[in-house]
Amino acid sequence: MSELSLYLLQQLINGLTIGSTYALIAIGYTMVYGIIGMINFAHGEIYMIGSYVTFIVIAGLMGMGLVSLPVILIIALVVAVVIASTYGWTVERVAYRPLRGSNRLIPLISAIGMSIFLQNFVVLSQGSRDVALPPQVTGGWNFGDPSVFEVSISYMQLLIWAATLITMIGLTLFISRSRMGRACRACSEDLGMTNLLGIDTNRIIALTFIIGAALAAIAGLLLSLYYGVVNPFVGFIAGLKAFTAAVLGGIGSIPGAMLGGLILGVTEAMTAAFFPSEYKDVVAFSLLVLILLFRPSGLLGKPEVEKV
Amino acid sequence: MSNSKFYNAIFAAGITLILACLMIGIKLDNEGAQLAVKGATAEQWGWIGLGIAIVFFSQLFSSQIDAMFGKIPKPNLGAMLPEERKMATLKPWLIAAVVVIMLIWPFMVSRGSVDLATLTLIYIMLGLGLNIVVGLAGLLDLGFVAFYAVGAYTYALLSEYFGLSFWACLPISAGMAALFGFILGFPVLRLRGDYLAIVTLGFGEIIRILLNNWSAVTGGPSGISGIAKPTLFGLEFTRRAKEEGNVPFHEFLGIDYSSSYKVIFLYLIAVLLVLFVIYVINRLMRMPIGRAWEALRDDEIACRSLGLNRTAIKLSAFTLGASTAGFAGSFFAARQGFISPESFIFIESAIILAIVVLGGMGSQVGVILAAIVMTILPELAREFSEYRMLLFGLLMVLMMRWRPEGLVPMKRPHLELKQ
Amino acid sequence: MSQLLLDVNGLTMRFGGLVAVNGVDLTVKNRQIVSIIGPNGAGKTTVFNCLSGFYIPSDGSVMFNGKQIAGLKDYQISRQGLVRTFQHVRLFSKMTVIENMLVAQHRHLNTNLISGLFKTPNYRRLEQEAMDRAVHWLKEVDLLEFANREAGNLAYGQQRRLEIARCMVTQPELLLLDEPAAGLNPNETKELDELIIKLRDEHEISVLLIEHDMGLVMGISDHIYVIAQGTPLADGSPDEVKNNPDVIKAYLGEE
Repeated sequence: MSELSLYLLQQLINGLTIGSTYALIAIGYTMVYGIIGMINFAHGEIYMIGSYVTFIVIAGLMGMGLVSLPVILIIALVVAVVIASTYGWTVERVAYRPLRGSNRLIPLISAIGMSIFLQNFVVLSQGSRDVALPPQVTGGWNFGDPSVFEVSISYMQLLIWAATLITMIGLTLFISRSRMGRACRACSEDLGMTNLLGIDTNRIIALTFIIGAALAAIAGLLLSLYYGVVNPFVGFIAGLKAFTAAVLGGIGSIPGAMLGGLILGVTEAMTAAFFPSEYKDVVAFSLLVLILLFRPSGLLGKPEVEKV
Repeated sequence: MSNSKFYNAIFAAGITLILACLMIGIKLDNEGAQLAVKGATAEQWGWIGLGIAIVFFSQLFSSQIDAMFGKIPKPNLGAMLPEERKMATLKPWLIAAVVVIMLIWPFMVSRGSVDLATLTLIYIMLGLGLNIVVGLAGLLDLGFVAFYAVGAYTYALLSEYFGLSFWACLPISAGMAALFGFILGFPVLRLRGDYLAIVTLGFGEIIRILLNNWSAVTGGPSGISGIAKPTLFGLEFTRRAKEEGNVPFHEFLGIDYSSSYKVIFLYLIAVLLVLFVIYVINRLMRMPIGRAWEALRDDEIACRSLGLNRTAIKLSAFTLGASTAGFAGSFFAARQGFISPESFIFIESAIILAIVVLGGMGSQVGVILAAIVMTILPELAREFSEYRMLLFGLLMVLMMRWRPEGLVPMKRPHLELKQ
Repeated sequence: MSQLLLDVNGLTMRFGGLVAVNGVDLTVKNRQIVSIIGPNGAGKTTVFNCLSGFYIPSDGSVMFNGKQIAGLKDYQISRQGLVRTFQHVRLFSKMTVIENMLVAQHRHLNTNLISGLFKTPNYRRLEQEAMDRAVHWLKEVDLLEFANREAGNLAYGQQRRLEIARCMVTQPELLLLDEPAAGLNPNETKELDELIIKLRDEHEISVLLIEHDMGLVMGISDHIYVIAQGTPLADGSPDEVKNNPDVIKAYLGEE
């Protein structure tokens, strides 16, 4: 293979890696939107908190002398998911639930307030500078001719793919098989009706915030290990990207969020292959505007029919 | 007090403990290449404990607290004003008095105060601009600062490359910002409101990235410096005229040079611009377009059935808001003499939104008061400056919950039929 | 060519797999009151949504004054002179009655920003004309004394009348009324009855209405269309429809 095609293959691998984490975060947006029809503006901050908790747990456990990496990672995962879910639940309880039924603008503003609050809460408690963690999962496979271009897939990337895949399968099973999952689907069809049928919709809404937060925490864990750096501002841009992914796939659609995440990740990696990497944000955003312009319902979303 | 209440309070306190412990209780720290954790100081634990106690008791006594708040009458600033008929005769005098005070005041106070007042006026302009979009048209714009940046850079670049004067650039800057607003708003305003919020958020970020990276033109992160100051009919406010043959202001009048003339002059320009913006918005609210904004906010479907083009109407609000920001931006560039992308970060958008929300969406008096409070308070309480954004965020959440209409709720000018 | 104001052919609306309206034909002549009746869920409001541009019909043609309007945007259609009301009253409830009437005339006003800022003579003249038209129509529906009242504070029957006046002030040729008598008491229904007839006879417009109140429908309609399950069932004069066995079956079968 030529150098260019190998290089592009490398970028594809990198793009799929980032894209799968976008997909995880995007699911949180899409599920909440599917049920209450609103954007969870604080979602990016939940992801950021998940990243911080991951670092705290890893650094703490290593400080205590624990050496087994799998054990550390599993504990970090559990703690990150629990803490982030608690934050997600609190966001719903404080910023959304008391405002249900009021003018659309009001919960939106309150959620933005929540997002600003959480970001600055972390700035104050953890400082605003980057915190770095040396690579934990090292090594990988290399292939291709070293004299032309060597393509590498690191174990960290494999871990991200595997974890994303397992999470997605788990979520799909949960939504399609479990009682709660069924209730979730019912709510996204018709919230008012589901309520009349005697299902506690408040609980279901809280549940979607919790699931979304848990997925964001998993993404936080994976991405923070991948990059090895975290700061209080990572949630802002990651949230924007994931939202783009959700809109790209069709907001409200879970498979759409997965697809959208992957497409966005690959698009960004391909952009970074040819342009300065700062411009990948510009491309992601332009993509968002283009989709809204030409296909507002996204790739897999249903077109909205207005009730007159 | 019921048992469930007690469990509820315990639960809330437990949640607070979980939320606080990991983030405040343990702090990450890089020691060389390694990452380590440090426990919080005793003082910080004390704060955590206090927080938990507050949550516990506020949950336990929530109904009592609600009742207590219920008894406190909401400060209805609108009702404190004299009745309408009296107000109508009083109003012109009141406005005249305020304007006169604003014009005389800078000559009696320190330079610093005048400078702060100028900054406040910029935020008033921004708040009023965003108020058109959020308050009057009900569109959430989270990237308002982008249009501010467009205005500022338009003036800075035109002045640097083409030597255009501040006064010539003022309308151009507003026009440029409006153009950007138009281009951005056109695809998005056809869609549901939340999309606008996120797209404008992204747009704000993109503008910043472009300014940072397009170094050849914008100077990149180091920005543009030495931007020309406004002149008074060609008179400069420098000690010596920059251009050959020009006479500085003080020489023209034959008085001694003082650097505070410039500060006062900038302040007066700001006053003028703010008055202009207030006048325009006041007219807009009474014009068909202002009515259409409100009608669209009230019932979009009815508007469409009556032949109102909702995209065009929303777009008009969005572009007018943007042009106000452009206006403010070019003044900002002229006042600072230096701009860089650092001045146009998301936090600025958040502050402007907080001003509108706190003051009362749609209420001009409210927005002006909120802008004054929001710019002067941080100056008075510098030791709390790091808590500023945290408090703004908290304030937005609390306001939406307890008083979404803001401190001074909007009072719409009703059009009356004279029988 | 006869005076067909509205000529609908084969109007069809599908939502995914569901066919809500299937091949509806409909004509309205000048100065005619035409009604669409049918059991609940028959697709009557969907027909209105298609005609007024809130939905883009999946199939069929809608000719209004000899021009194809299917596929135009809602506001474009209403500017052609086809204006509708809704099943639920949709007023701008926080605005005064007179302001409701002015918003409806938005496109007749001078919305140029500059002339508005400086109150140019042209701006004032148009504003005054709009005001005069508003007053005229408020008089017609007997609401002039409430002109400065907030629309949301009017009694329900008054709100209904205001909605019709608000449509009329846009100077339409065809008025689409979606269940205008719903929730009105017999007295108010009678006033509505008179108002609709006055619109036809004095103001020379046509009215297409959806209504469940058979007394009203049979009393004022020049022509009636019956729809059941999205499909046209019958049409004719009130007497023909009244005695059509299919119609009786559709109605009684439902009950």
